[in-house]
Amino acid sequence: MFFPISNSHISPIYLAVIGFLIGVLGGFFGVGGSFIAGPALRAVGLDWNFAVGTDLAHIVGKSVVAAKRHRALGNVDLKLGLIMAIGTMGGAEVGAQLIQMLKRAGNVNSVVSVVSIAIYVSISSFMIWEAWRTLQYQKKRRGKGGGVVPKGDESSFSHRTRAIQGLKLWPMISLPASGVKGISLWVIIAVSFIGGLFSGFLGGGAGYIRMPMLVYVLGIPTHLAVGTDLFEIIISASYGTFSHAIKGNVDILIALVMHTGAAIGAQIGAISTQYFTGPKIRLAFVPLPLIGAAIVIYTLMTGHKL
Amino acid sequence: MAAASRTKKDAASTLGAFLIELALYAVFVTGYFFLVLHYLSGWLQDLHLHHVKLYALTTIVLIIGQAVLLESITTWLLRLLRGGRSE
Repeated sequence: MFFPISNSHISPIYLAVIGFLIGVLGGFFGVGGSFIAGPALRAVGLDWNFAVGTDLAHIVGKSVVAAKRHRALGNVDLKLGLIMAIGTMGGAEVGAQLIQMLKRAGNVNSVVSVVSIAIYVSISSFMIWEAWRTLQYQKKRRGKGGGVVPKGDESSFSHRTRAIQGLKLWPMISLPASGVKGISLWVIIAVSFIGGLFSGFLGGGAGYIRMPMLVYVLGIPTHLAVGTDLFEIIISASYGTFSHAIKGNVDILIALVMHTGAAIGAQIGAISTQYFTGPKIRLAFVPLPLIGAAIVIYTLMTGHKL
Repeated sequence: MAAASRTKKDAASTLGAFLIELALYAVFVTGYFFLVLHYLSGWLQDLHLHHVKLYALTTIVLIIGQAVLLESITTWLLRLLRGGRSE
């Protein structure tokens, strides 16, 4: 199929299949999936600028479908998502400015590569440690017969989360949909700002950092963190798409074709979350940032940008 | 034993319904590729080259519009094939 906007020939079946795979991942983990979509679009000869902008447009569509499905399952905190969108957009702008500064200094590639590898590996290591510890703790409790494992989400990091929630920085707000009685608005803004900063700095939706922070810093149950992250991605990725489209970096026809696969994949991913507990979803999340790190290491070693 | 065979039967019927849904969805999507995207491409290319702000706005409207439409179609197909149940 010929796509005149980016002047490229790409099989629509290839695009729909890639969209489907990213849709499943996005619906299940609440991530944009740029670390797969970017290289997949580059592999069929799409220019890097079109790959980034088109991927963002496709993320908007996929997140609408997945967030709608999560909302039906009661997994979206609209209030939290709207507050986070403000911090994310501010952070994305600062991240983009940082990139411009590094470009002027002439060392953007090496700094971004080293930072991203460190971040990806740290997130994966922390999550594997925490999810494993929580699962072992639950298993031990079940083995002793000393009580039933609660149905709600559990985390072995929850004592730290409670300490963060205890910070009395005015204004304090409640998030009844997430079961959070009181938390400082500034903590939410800081979390979303950091997510936005990484999105602007490293590209993509930065769900790999925002979803864990929602769970560990704000204390949002994993299922709600996935749904709320997707809702928030709709707003921030729409902003990114608009910005890239004005710069001529979006081939909307490619995004629309990719989205036909993503629409069904995102629903499968979202529905699947019902069958897994919070710690199991977090443990399954671990390989995603590692794939991102592997792509960056490959780029550094070979010089080929995937 | 009976419960296990019932679970197997349920899983098989869910998989069957899902495969029928995928086939119907593929027919919808193929028609969509040829009818809608084919006619839109010339107009969108013109917008991309000459009216970039309108193009940027159109990209958002199109992707959200398609998302809502496809979500409604898949939900309807699921209900139709599973006798009123959406999951």
